[in-house]
Amino acid sequence: MPRILHPEMPTATVDREAADAPAARRARPDLFAWVMGLAMPVWQALFFVAPLGFLVVMSFWVVENFRLVPGVSTVNWVELLSARYFWEIYLRTLWYGLLGAGLASVLAFPCAYMLAFHARRRWRWFAVFLLITPFFTSYLVRTYTWKVLLTDNGFINAALDLVGLGPFSMVNNLFGTMVGYLTLVLPLVVLLQLFSLANVDRNLVEAAHNLGCGALKTIFIVVIPAAKIGLILAGAFAFILAFGDYVSPTFLGGGRPPTLSILMVDVVKSGANWPQGAVVAVTMIVTLFVVCFAAIAWAYGGGGRKA
Amino acid sequence: MTGERAVRAALWLYVLAVFAFILAPIATSFVVSFNVDRFPTLPLGGFSLRWYEDMMGDPTVLPAFRNTIIAGVTVAVISTFLGFTAAYTDYRYRFFGKSVYLALALLPPTIPVIILGLAMLIFLSRVSLFGQLHSVIIAHVVICLPFAMALIRLRLSQMDPSLEAAAWNLGAGEWRTMRGVILPFTMPAILSALFITMAVSFDEYAIAWFVSGFSETLPVRILAMLQGRVSPRINAIGSIVFTISITLVILAQVILLLRLPSRGQTDDG
Repeated sequence: MPRILHPEMPTATVDREAADAPAARRARPDLFAWVMGLAMPVWQALFFVAPLGFLVVMSFWVVENFRLVPGVSTVNWVELLSARYFWEIYLRTLWYGLLGAGLASVLAFPCAYMLAFHARRRWRWFAVFLLITPFFTSYLVRTYTWKVLLTDNGFINAALDLVGLGPFSMVNNLFGTMVGYLTLVLPLVVLLQLFSLANVDRNLVEAAHNLGCGALKTIFIVVIPAAKIGLILAGAFAFILAFGDYVSPTFLGGGRPPTLSILMVDVVKSGANWPQGAVVAVTMIVTLFVVCFAAIAWAYGGGGRKA
Repeated sequence: MTGERAVRAALWLYVLAVFAFILAPIATSFVVSFNVDRFPTLPLGGFSLRWYEDMMGDPTVLPAFRNTIIAGVTVAVISTFLGFTAAYTDYRYRFFGKSVYLALALLPPTIPVIILGLAMLIFLSRVSLFGQLHSVIIAHVVICLPFAMALIRLRLSQMDPSLEAAAWNLGAGEWRTMRGVILPFTMPAILSALFITMAVSFDEYAIAWFVSGFSETLPVRILAMLQGRVSPRINAIGSIVFTISITLVILAQVILLLRLPSRGQTDDG
């Protein structure tokens, strides 16, 4: 859609008599433009940028005798970054996040593909509605309900017991954590994949078929490269959400071994050590930025052929 | 040929399985909330409203519910207003540093809520805004505003730019044009933004957990229950909150869809 700037519009589309008006109009927009333009940045600077900036500052403060002492001390950074347990937790969280994002991307793709290429319009809209629904149900309640389904005496093991299987332990372990992550990210990943697949030019797919390319081969050499950007961004979003999630590893994963978010909450809520919590938080943000930039570079950069 | 049909049937079954996975916890939560057992399993116990009575009997639930509603409504109004100004600025003006401007508006959802929670706790407690309901409101506006902006920006991009220019040429000032042309045109998006942001605020637990202090919201109460003695009371609360949220979302969608067809069909949104 072409972007048209309004101040230029009058001369282009409206009769000449109005041409003397712009002078007066140009004087007036100032207050209007300032109000419109500044409301959001002021709020976000005060309550988004400042808190995040202060988080970085706080990571250099220290706690002495249960009191916060402002200063520029690297003691928290040194203490945490030289601790073996920190890196174990860090790598575990990274691995969990990547695993969650990878699982979500792989599991979502066939579903998004079928909805994008083989579903009727009406059904596709219904599917989109169903995929949006989870965003507006409490993630906490959904997590708790998975516990009802997955524990040793839960619905699924009770059902499996009827056919003589199980019980399988499905909570307080990696499986439970992954179920939680998927609960959080799968609807979003299917949605984003569906949107990017729906924008793939059908002619490309037809052409591939006409040239004798099989369905599976078409998917891998035509569809996936054409939808590359959306697919990668969907994965990146999944990683962001899984990497920072506190609820799933705590309530479905059992909290042990911990992830970075669990460590951060422990340090802040139980240890009352805000500066150390800030160190963990800043490390997480830096990691997310690196991963996001890598994903964007991968998505928009070379490697894939342009559709 | 039959092989291909079998593959396709299998893939549709797979699609059903994915949706079953996504919807299972939501459906189960409703069932469990009406089930008599404290530790529900199969076969189900009898139908009962005891968890709803239990919920009503909990003296912490109603104040939390009240807080959630107050915060949700306030957040919806402020974030929709800010989202509107941001969307309009992006739509109309071109200026130096615009990418920074857009990043300010759209970045918050990419920061994990648990980190935002800590950042807000640290910052708000320094400026004496901590531990009150307004702390929750301030923080929620930050994360809700992007949704409002995106919805309203989408609607503005469907508007014919000459409408605004025409109003100016007919002598209407900036504010008058805003009131007479832009606001009416974007009204459906504004209403859906109100509902969507309210729903987002309704379910947000992490930031509220860090900054609310004693002004707990309902999701914070649920988190506390999860850490303590769990019971299907959680599902009862969840069912009620879900019903409210989904009503808001459906209202938002209906308002958007009712107005859209007149602007021509857009495929695949």
